[in-house]
Amino acid sequence: MVEFDVVDLGPADHPTDGDHAPDFTRPLVNTEFWENVSLSTLYEDAPVLLLFHPMDGAFPATYLWNELRERDIDDRDRIQTVGLSISTPYAHKQLIESRDIDARLFSDPSNEVAEQYGIAHDLDGMAGISEPRPATFLIDEAGVIRHAWVGSEWPSFPDYDEIEAAIEAL
Amino acid sequence: MSESEPPITIYRLQACPFCERVVRTLTELDIDYRSRYIEPMHSERNVVKRVTGVRTVPAIVDRNTGVTMAESANIVEYLEQTYGDHGGQ
Repeated sequence: MVEFDVVDLGPADHPTDGDHAPDFTRPLVNTEFWENVSLSTLYEDAPVLLLFHPMDGAFPATYLWNELRERDIDDRDRIQTVGLSISTPYAHKQLIESRDIDARLFSDPSNEVAEQYGIAHDLDGMAGISEPRPATFLIDEAGVIRHAWVGSEWPSFPDYDEIEAAIEAL
Repeated sequence: MSESEPPITIYRLQACPFCERVVRTLTELDIDYRSRYIEPMHSERNVVKRVTGVRTVPAIVDRNTGVTMAESANIVEYLEQTYGDHGGQ
């Protein structure tokens, strides 16, 4: 671990392995357009890797997508990778283009989805802005969470090896 | 995507008056529709170009009839003729 102080976020009351993934509908952004899509319509087609991340432009979002792209996690045949941040659809389109992301991104400026998942995080020094903690949920076709990770420090990053192992185990 | 997918898709731009005109007609005629938002920059509108042949919005795709159409005046006329109350005015 690098030598800097991380902020402890404390425990979060979030759904975990074996729980049903709370459903939501938000604009889902692809390379060309965005439209309202519900999580359940996605996982009914194929398992979903849902990644909550800090707003587009913040370094953790950049690092996350770079790493996912390096490992091709965003381009697996068997799963659908989708991100979610409080950024607008316009910002998402830019991120998808600039980071060459092979995934779609949910836009949730109200941060209600993070509230629903018990992982909302008020940003110190940015009055009125709340966003999700870094978190990942691997959801199977029945809507059941097969692997859950929620960051307890700020910043924090998912264990990519664990995610890959969980995908293999589906 | 799901069984309740509406038959009409409208490609629209946020706050575009011509798009709102079509949406108003859809609402008046009580037609279910799905909104796909695109970018203001013309160069970013590949999906509309692919679907309709032009880069202008609004554009609609009607899966009921197989019709794809651009230009708000044409779309409004089409919707009224196809889904309006012919016996009325």
